[in-house]
Amino acid sequence: MLVLSQDWNPNKEKVPTMIEIKDLHKSYKMGSNSLHVLKGINFSVEEGELVAIMGSSGSGKSTLLNILGMLDEADEGEYLLDGIPIKNLNETKAANYRNKFLGFIFQSFNLINYKTALENVALPLYYQKMPRKQRQEKALKYLDQVGLKEWSHHLPSELSGGQKQRVAVARAMVAEPKVLLADELTGALDSTTSYEVMDLIQKINDQGNTILVVTHEPDIAQMCKRIVHLKDGVIVKDEKVKQVKALANV
Amino acid sequence: MFSRDTWQEIFLTIRKNKLRTILSGFTVSLGILIFVGLVGLTNGLQNTFEYFFSQDATNVMYIFPGRTSMPYKGYKSLRRIELDNSDLTDIKEDFPMFVDYISPRIFRSALVKYKEESNNYTTIGVDWGQQFAEKTIMMKGRYINQEDVKNRTKNVAIGRLVEQDLFGNSNSIGEFIDVGGSMFRVVGVFQDDGGDNEERQLYMPYTTRQLIEKNTDEIGQIVIGFKEEIGYTGAMAFQRSLEKYLKQKKFIHPEDENGFFVRNVADQLKQNQDFAGVLAIIAALVAFGTIIAGIIGISNIMVYVVKERTKEIGIRKAIGATPRSVISVILLESVFITTISGFLGMFVGIALLSTLGDTLMDDYFIRNPGIGTGLAVFATLLLIIFGTLAGYVPAKRAARIKPIEALNDE
Repeated sequence: MLVLSQDWNPNKEKVPTMIEIKDLHKSYKMGSNSLHVLKGINFSVEEGELVAIMGSSGSGKSTLLNILGMLDEADEGEYLLDGIPIKNLNETKAANYRNKFLGFIFQSFNLINYKTALENVALPLYYQKMPRKQRQEKALKYLDQVGLKEWSHHLPSELSGGQKQRVAVARAMVAEPKVLLADELTGALDSTTSYEVMDLIQKINDQGNTILVVTHEPDIAQMCKRIVHLKDGVIVKDEKVKQVKALANV
Repeated sequence: MFSRDTWQEIFLTIRKNKLRTILSGFTVSLGILIFVGLVGLTNGLQNTFEYFFSQDATNVMYIFPGRTSMPYKGYKSLRRIELDNSDLTDIKEDFPMFVDYISPRIFRSALVKYKEESNNYTTIGVDWGQQFAEKTIMMKGRYINQEDVKNRTKNVAIGRLVEQDLFGNSNSIGEFIDVGGSMFRVVGVFQDDGGDNEERQLYMPYTTRQLIEKNTDEIGQIVIGFKEEIGYTGAMAFQRSLEKYLKQKKFIHPEDENGFFVRNVADQLKQNQDFAGVLAIIAALVAFGTIIAGIIGISNIMVYVVKERTKEIGIRKAIGATPRSVISVILLESVFITTISGFLGMFVGIALLSTLGDTLMDDYFIRNPGIGTGLAVFATLLLIIFGTLAGYVPAKRAARIKPIEALNDE
C-alpha cells in the first residue's frame, strides 16, 4: 500500500488541518428550477498536501473550489480554514481573509492587462498596505522564483501563456497564503507548458505549501499526492496516490 | 484613502486608459464651457441694456405733439396739436409732487459760422433741465441757465465736436459765433456719452429761439424729469394723469391716442429690464440643463467604466480588495478627472469670454461678456459633486458583485 509521507514526520507531531468541511450544500437558482450542485461534501486537507479535485464538468468541482476560496458562499455546512470558521463573513472580512489566507490561480490567468508582471504580482501586497518599495522587492523575489525576473516590466500581452500562468503563480504566492487554490490552471496551456507549470506547483508544494488543484485531466491529477473524485455533487472516491514528477514528462 | 499609493494607482489607471479619460474629461469640460459661455453672453446682453439706458436719465418722460384722429367738441380730426409755454407752467404748477424739472426742446437746423469755418448743426432751444435729462457733461464753461431763459440772452453751449470743427485747437469760450444769422456768445462746451451726433449740437435758451422766430410761444417737445422717489408705479400714474390732463386742456377725445405721444423712459427701462430678466431666466434654464446633461454624461461614463472594469474588479476582489477600496479607486479616479477637466473647461470659458470683450457689440449687442468667478466655481463644484454621487451608485454596485461572477464576465 501507499506510504504516507506524514508518517515520516520526524517530530511525530500531528500535522495541523488546513481545511475542514462538513456536510457542505450548494444549489443555484436557474429560473424557477433549483440546481443542487453540492450535496453534502465532507473532507479535510492537512498542511503540506497537494490535492487534486477531479470530476467531469457539472460535477461541482469548481463550485467547491469557489466556496473554499470564499469567492462564493455555501448554503449549508461548516467550513474551517486553519481553525477559523468561515461563515457569514461580510465583504470586507472575506476580502481580508482571501488576501491573507488564500492564493488563486485561474485557468484564464486573470492578470490585469494594463499592469506589468511586477505590478500584478505586487497587487496583493498593495491590499495589505505594505510600503511600495518593500512590495516591489518581495514581488521581484517571487518573480525570480518562477523564473521571470527578466520579464518583470513586461505587460501580460507581451508574455506567453506559460509565462502568464507563472506570473499568476507568483501573484498567488507573494502574500504567503495558507492555501493555494488552482482552478484548471493548465486548461489554457499545451501539454509541455502544462508540465512546466505543474513542476513549479510541485516545487512550491515541496516547500511545505498546501495546494488544491481542480482539474479534469488525469495526467495532471497524477502529479498530485491525493485525488478527490467528485461526481454529481458528492465525493465518490478519495485516495492517496504515488506522485508523478512533472519534470520527468518535460 | 488619499495615500501616495492610491494616487499612484489612479494615475496609472488614467495613463493606461487614455480614451476613457479623454471621453469623460471632454464631457465635463464641454458642459462647464457651455455653461460659462451661456451665462457670460447673457450677462453681456444685460450689460448692453444697462449701457443703453445709462446714457440718458431714466426718470424722464418726453411729450411729442401729434395730430388728432377723432373729432371732439366741435374740432375736426387731423388737427395739429401744438405745445406752448403755458403747458410748461401748467404742468409745473399742477404736478408739483412729480415734476423735478421740465424743459422744452425746440429742434432747428442752422448754419453755424466762426471766422472762415462754417457747418450745419442741430440747435436745440432748451431750459436748464435738459442738461439732466440728457446727462450732458460740461467740459468747459457752463450750461444754459435760468437767467439765460429769463433774459432771452444770446448765449449758447456747444458740443465738443462743434468746437473742434470751428475752433480747431483754440478756445471757444467767450467767442461769438453766427448761428443762422444771429450772433451768439459761447458760454460752455459739453460732451455726451450718446455718441458723435449728440456732440454736434448746440444748446440755446428756448426763449431766445422763440424770440428769433417772431416771438412765438410754440415749444416743440417737452421733456419732464420726475422725482426718482415716485418709483416705477408713481411714474406710470404720473403718465396717466398727465395724458388725461393734456387731453382735456387741448380738447382731444379721451380715447384719441394720436393727439400727442408720451415716451416714458422709466416704462421702457422697466420693459427692457423685464425682457433681459426673462432672457436671463431662459439662459439660466439652458445653462442648468447643460450641467444636468453633464452630470448624466458622467454617470453614463461611470456605468460604462464599471462595466468595462467588471473583470478587473473581480480579479482585485479575489486577491483581497475590499469593497471600500474598489469604490474609492473608481470614485477618486472620477473625481480627479472631473475636477481637472471641469476647471479646465471653466478657465477656457472665462478666457474665451474675456478675449471676446466688446467684439460682439456691434452685431450681437453683447457688451463685455463675463461670469462671476463664484458662479463659475459653484457650477463646476456642482458638476463634480453630483458627478461623484452619480458615479457612486455604479461603483457601489461594482463593489457588491460577487468576485466569481465578475471573473466570469468576459
